[in-house]
Amino acid sequence: MTTQIKLADMAKNVPAKITGFCADTPHTEIRLREIGFAEGDVVEITHIGLFGGSPLNIRLHGTSIAMRPQEAGMIRVIPVQSPEG
Amino acid sequence: MSTDTILRLGLLGAPNCGKTSLFNALTGGRAKVANYPGATVEFSKGFYTTKDDRKIELIDLPGIYGDCGHSADERVTLDFIHGRLDGEQAPDAIMVVMDAAHIRTHLHNVLQAKNYGLPMIVVLNMMDMAARDGVEIDLAALEKEIGVPVVSCVAVRAKGRSSIVEALDAWTVKIAAGKAEKPTAEGEDLQHIQKKARKITKRTVHTSGAQNTSSKIDNIVLHPVLGLFILTAIMFIMFQAVYAWSGPAMDIIEAGTGAFGSYASAFLSDGWLKSLIVDGIIAGVGSVIVFLPQILILFAFILALEASGYMTRAAFLVDSAMAKVGLNGRAFIPLLSSFACAIPGIMAARTIENEKDRITTILIAPLMTCSARLPVYIIVIGAFIPATKVGIFGLQGLVMFGLYIAGIVFALLAALVLKKTLTKGATPPLLLEMPSYKLPSLKDYLLGLWQRAMIFMTRAGRIILPASIIVWFLSTYPNNNGVIRDSYAGMLGRVLEPVLAPIGFNLEMAIALIPAMAAREIAVSTLSIVYNVQDADGQSVMIEQALAADWTLPMALAFLAWFVFAPQCLSTLAVARRETNSWKWALVMFGYLFALAYVSSGITYWLALWAGL
Repeated sequence: MTTQIKLADMAKNVPAKITGFCADTPHTEIRLREIGFAEGDVVEITHIGLFGGSPLNIRLHGTSIAMRPQEAGMIRVIPVQSPEG
Repeated sequence: MSTDTILRLGLLGAPNCGKTSLFNALTGGRAKVANYPGATVEFSKGFYTTKDDRKIELIDLPGIYGDCGHSADERVTLDFIHGRLDGEQAPDAIMVVMDAAHIRTHLHNVLQAKNYGLPMIVVLNMMDMAARDGVEIDLAALEKEIGVPVVSCVAVRAKGRSSIVEALDAWTVKIAAGKAEKPTAEGEDLQHIQKKARKITKRTVHTSGAQNTSSKIDNIVLHPVLGLFILTAIMFIMFQAVYAWSGPAMDIIEAGTGAFGSYASAFLSDGWLKSLIVDGIIAGVGSVIVFLPQILILFAFILALEASGYMTRAAFLVDSAMAKVGLNGRAFIPLLSSFACAIPGIMAARTIENEKDRITTILIAPLMTCSARLPVYIIVIGAFIPATKVGIFGLQGLVMFGLYIAGIVFALLAALVLKKTLTKGATPPLLLEMPSYKLPSLKDYLLGLWQRAMIFMTRAGRIILPASIIVWFLSTYPNNNGVIRDSYAGMLGRVLEPVLAPIGFNLEMAIALIPAMAAREIAVSTLSIVYNVQDADGQSVMIEQALAADWTLPMALAFLAWFVFAPQCLSTLAVARRETNSWKWALVMFGYLFALAYVSSGITYWLALWAGL
């Protein structure tokens, strides 16, 4: 049984599937969706900044999106066990 | 629609999908193209002529991700589409451009565009890049799923545009005849639209599992330690190159203006005309145009970085520093643009949605050393800093690097203070899409360099030439005795002298600061003129030698420190007023930069004196 966690808490290079959003405002959720995040998408943290674990580079379908842990904390995911997800 | 009205097509799409490249290619326009989101913040118009000689107006719009209009540039696009902009009718139809490589994350934007109820065509741009990344798209199936025409395109290549040119010709005939179908709306529920988009891409897009080229490069460039090292190295090399590579070209221009000056002084008999031409125009304009090679080297680097896709990576690497001072991650790109000139930088701040963050970014943008300050730095460094080597680096390039860094450090400090006082607010979010790396097209690159050269030379003609004539007049009359103190300019300078004397500035420096408000490089042309007017023998005086003879090292350093802040640029203040829609922020900008300039010059001067320099 896997529980959902924040994308910000995922380890580097471990794929995870988006289950939902818990943005601070509906507005932020729209921003996250508009730039391309949606339920069911597989995402992965590929790079982490040198200082204080920020910012993060997230890979989503071959696109890279930079965000801070604050924003990555608003995306809920479950780790993907096998490549099939 | 009657046949004599011109059809108007809006170019819509996510940021950085290549709308402006397509616009330029179709209209022969020369709008600024760069490989980072938010390069276009205003709409521009151009005309495209079909094969059967019909004129079509294309309107290039700032990129939008959705239909919420979070930031000022996005609102321009939405207002345009909905016909809410003053004096602008809504377009007759829209071309929705999409980066083919990113179809899976951007398709929902295309579906959203169907809601506008305008005839639309989808352009899958950068098909070559998609192919490179192993993305295969079934165009026919995609067209059927979206329900509007879909064409593939490589905007930057003539061959890559042939399909879009054909499709446009046929489609516009249909629109003009009122026969183009309007798409069915997809509704307002974003989650639902996303779901549909994902279903469509699952059926129509196939990706080979290989890691794409961009992420391979990112593994090096975004590496926490190596990445920062590369960024520093690039900046270092840039300033070393400005010195190391410009020498021969500068010598040629210098020899040219020198020869022209000697020729003119031999040809003309003594009198006011000779003085105007030799001491005014040649000394003034000549002292500035000699910097064309440096300006071009600087832009050779900036344009390459902009076109390659590296800018957003640099933004990533410095983001934690930006976050510490409470700045928006998006602020980095406007600030980087300010290295060319603060004006486009301030306008680029429109991409920042939070109003207070946008104002903070605008206020600190002038601390990024603009290219107009380069001549001032180079002249003063050239006159006072020996061209010796420190290890493998030239000392002059190091000093210049230091001045740029000083600007950046003070910008961060200023942001920190502003965010705690005048523009208080929560730490804003960062959401920045990284573009794919691209090898810039040579033609666009050279065109960009050519445009910069023309801007520089036009400034020399339109601003520096008249300014030189005025400065020459003011520093020659009423007495015409070669004593600056007795001239009109000297009288003006004497008013400022008591204020500037405590920070080490002499009369000539005080005089140079006034006309430099029109353009920073005028500080150089003015110094050149006032030292030429004072020189009795009628020959051209090399400005660097004149400065080296008249100024002390502490004075020179104080002058450099002043120009790190350089509060005196009228056009920057005017744009800041326009963009913030208030005199208050323009005055705050002027006030705090002036205070910083004064105090820093003073500290530099007295520290240098104390150190015995």
